[in-house]
Amino acid sequence: MKIKILGTGCPNCLVLEANTRKAVDDMKIKASIEKVTDIAKIMEYGVISTPALVVNEKVVSYGRVLSPEEIKKLLR
Amino acid sequence: MDLFYPIQIFVDWLVYSIFSLKQGTILGEAINFFIYDSIKIFILLVVIIFAVSYIRTYLAPERVKKILSNKFEIFGNMIAATIGIFTPFCSCSAVPLFIGFVESGVSLGTTFSYLISAPLINEVAAALLLGLFGWKIALLYIASGWIISVVAGFIMGKMHLEKYVEDYVYKIKVKNNFRLEKKTQKERAKDAYEEVKSIIKKVFPYVLVGIAIGAFIHGYAPENLLTNIAGKGNWFAVPIAVLIGIPLYSNAAGVVPIVSSLIEKGLPLGTALAFMMAVVALSLPEMIILRKVLKLRLLLIYVAIVTAGIIFTGYLFNWIL
Repeated sequence: MKIKILGTGCPNCLVLEANTRKAVDDMKIKASIEKVTDIAKIMEYGVISTPALVVNEKVVSYGRVLSPEEIKKLLR
Repeated sequence: MDLFYPIQIFVDWLVYSIFSLKQGTILGEAINFFIYDSIKIFILLVVIIFAVSYIRTYLAPERVKKILSNKFEIFGNMIAATIGIFTPFCSCSAVPLFIGFVESGVSLGTTFSYLISAPLINEVAAALLLGLFGWKIALLYIASGWIISVVAGFIMGKMHLEKYVEDYVYKIKVKNNFRLEKKTQKERAKDAYEEVKSIIKKVFPYVLVGIAIGAFIHGYAPENLLTNIAGKGNWFAVPIAVLIGIPLYSNAAGVVPIVSSLIEKGLPLGTALAFMMAVVALSLPEMIILRKVLKLRLLLIYVAIVTAGIIFTGYLFNWIL
């Protein structure tokens, strides 16, 4: 599973990244987590509200900091 | 009929019977004031943040940019300022948001109306004003914030400032393969509930500190403390209050309760409102982030117009109220 976190490096994006790592660890799944901070790359996903979460190149959430529990539901 | 009357009865009982503080003493009054205001503000914050967050689930920026693209000047400004009321402004989102708007044909003036209204009219400040000053002042704050956003955006649109946007902004291509998620009412309510939790967690400590300082001022500071220094007679009070307010961003939630008790001590309402607006509308971190998409000149024009609008509002309310 390929997970990407889109965000320009604000505190919210860092929280989303930490929550995502926690969710992945808790679920014991194999996943690569990549942070995308380049604005041109973020816009390629069509997202304009950050932070956003991308799973296997599909935008699953945008403009919100999800809790680890919410992320687990999306990864299932 | 005051909806919060039962809370006052409860707090009176708690403070005077359970804590056995004497009614009418400064300490008793200050603690009563603190507990009553905290409970009341907490309830208002929960209700208002929930309502605003719920409406917000329909106003994702990805959808807003479609609503605002190619809108006729002043109407575009008005719609943008209205949508801005319901959207918070996370300075971290400002850059992608700005680029996304400009890319999809939202005019610069309309974009600015949104960028000004989103932080200026903020639901936490509105809830606090409602709780501490009543609905008239809360409404006045929302209405004047809306007018500032519309007028400032309109003027900036007329100034044709496109060349002062950083050049790379126009080169970025936004893919439009993006589909907005469809949400059920239940999911929207759940999102709104999560928002309430996270916003309350973030702002309530500041609110409590603000109310505590306010209660202290209420109880201990002499009446008319500010009448001479910052009263209506002092013409510099409004601009100075605004200049002090600009760098105070992170404490917006704490500022309103303190300001409310300063009003009792002779701070004119217009000056207080201008100060509060400066706190929420303009902040250093926001300017640093906006500098990534705006050339310095445009950034300064933006700050100058918003500052002028807030100062004007301050004078206006000092004059009419």
